[in-house]
Amino acid sequence: MLKNRSLVSISDLSEDDVNNVFLKADEMLGYINNSKKINIMNSKILATLFYEPSTRTRLSFESAMHRLGGSVISMADSKTASVSKGETLADTIRIVESYSDIIVIRHPLEGAALLASKFSSKPIINAGDGSGEHPTQTLVDLYTIRKELGDINDKTITIIGDLKYGRTVHSLLMALIRYNVKINLISPENLRLPDYVYNELKNKLNITISSNLEKYIDSTDVLYVTRIQKERFTDKNEYSKLIGSYKITLKEVDKMKDNSIIMHPLPRIDEISPKVDITDKAKYFKQASYGIPIRMALISMIVGD
Amino acid sequence: MEKTLKISKIKDGTVIDHIPAGNALKVLDILNIYENNSISIGIRVLSNKIEYKDVIKIENRFLEKIELDKISLIAPSATISIIKNYVIIEKFRVDMPDKIRGILKCINQNCITNSGEPVKSEFNIISKEPLIVKCIYCKREMNSDEIIKNI
Repeated sequence: MLKNRSLVSISDLSEDDVNNVFLKADEMLGYINNSKKINIMNSKILATLFYEPSTRTRLSFESAMHRLGGSVISMADSKTASVSKGETLADTIRIVESYSDIIVIRHPLEGAALLASKFSSKPIINAGDGSGEHPTQTLVDLYTIRKELGDINDKTITIIGDLKYGRTVHSLLMALIRYNVKINLISPENLRLPDYVYNELKNKLNITISSNLEKYIDSTDVLYVTRIQKERFTDKNEYSKLIGSYKITLKEVDKMKDNSIIMHPLPRIDEISPKVDITDKAKYFKQASYGIPIRMALISMIVGD
Repeated sequence: MEKTLKISKIKDGTVIDHIPAGNALKVLDILNIYENNSISIGIRVLSNKIEYKDVIKIENRFLEKIELDKISLIAPSATISIIKNYVIIEKFRVDMPDKIRGILKCINQNCITNSGEPVKSEFNIISKEPLIVKCIYCKREMNSDEIIKNI
């Protein structure tokens, strides 16, 4: 049961919780496909507190709440809000919890969502905390694999890109512990998975680490591509050196096996060529669209009657 | 052979013994020492238990729980003797708490606990030997050297 619970980390959810979210998302997908608005949240308010830029995550939470018949309030740009006057996150949360029934937060510092959940009596959903976690993106990712390939088990998942700062990767790997999967982690040497994440996973997941995609692409079922996180680099020269260090083009797509898929949490910069978009392997836009049923499912299960 | 004491006895106060050799000054650094606290320090003293050890004797000072918790992180093998009128009235080994609250700064500058929020840092003990703790907020792990630098 998710009722009145915060979702800070993907580890907060049991296997049953995840499966129940997927079943509920299937139900929500039915409403969306039939353009049917449901009014199960018509007296509820969702607050979004985004201290970092976001397009998809914020809009998909807002769209999900609107489709459920609820209302949304949002903090204006954090640069113009009271946070710029030095207000602590704890104080902001104590105020916003009295204005809303559920709070979605994105923050540049790791642990911000956990802190928010300690100061709020209303459920908090973590929409990304620094290079920490992004659990709702993980649910969207797992749901996409399940919808597109039928099952998550017995798949080879190759994750390529910025494994050091990419929070979607950290959350996804934590969630994949529960499944029988083979993981290939491909990245430039200095964007490898941080030790503190790797140590947690090494005995629980079948992981291969490499810089060479070529070797693993033909056995891959899911190619999960991430962008290099420009905003997390303090040294911009370092970023310039790494940008464009790998790119998925039609040449790579040709080497992939039948029924394999390419995913990306978006936004992309240049790591996937636009020519790949029209191939049947490109599922990243569909993946983004699954953000709505997943977030509708979560909101309704957490604050629904 | 005649036995002699390298560090003289104290009348009232605390003896911190079996500190790993070389860590005495780190232990002293985290204690609140006042004007009436005379201190004797033995560094690299031969011990029966371990080859060498450090010892600290503090006059007129009895340690608080938070200080004992800090010592347990720097010197997990340390023993504490409480002395009253030259007699040991209590002796115990420091006990590492399961959770470490408010005594350690997270090494991750991007952790929410380092940003002026009204919250105490909090770590779980992942392993006692070797000592590894994990921030409950940002999930970053810290080893013994990092703990000593951030206590």
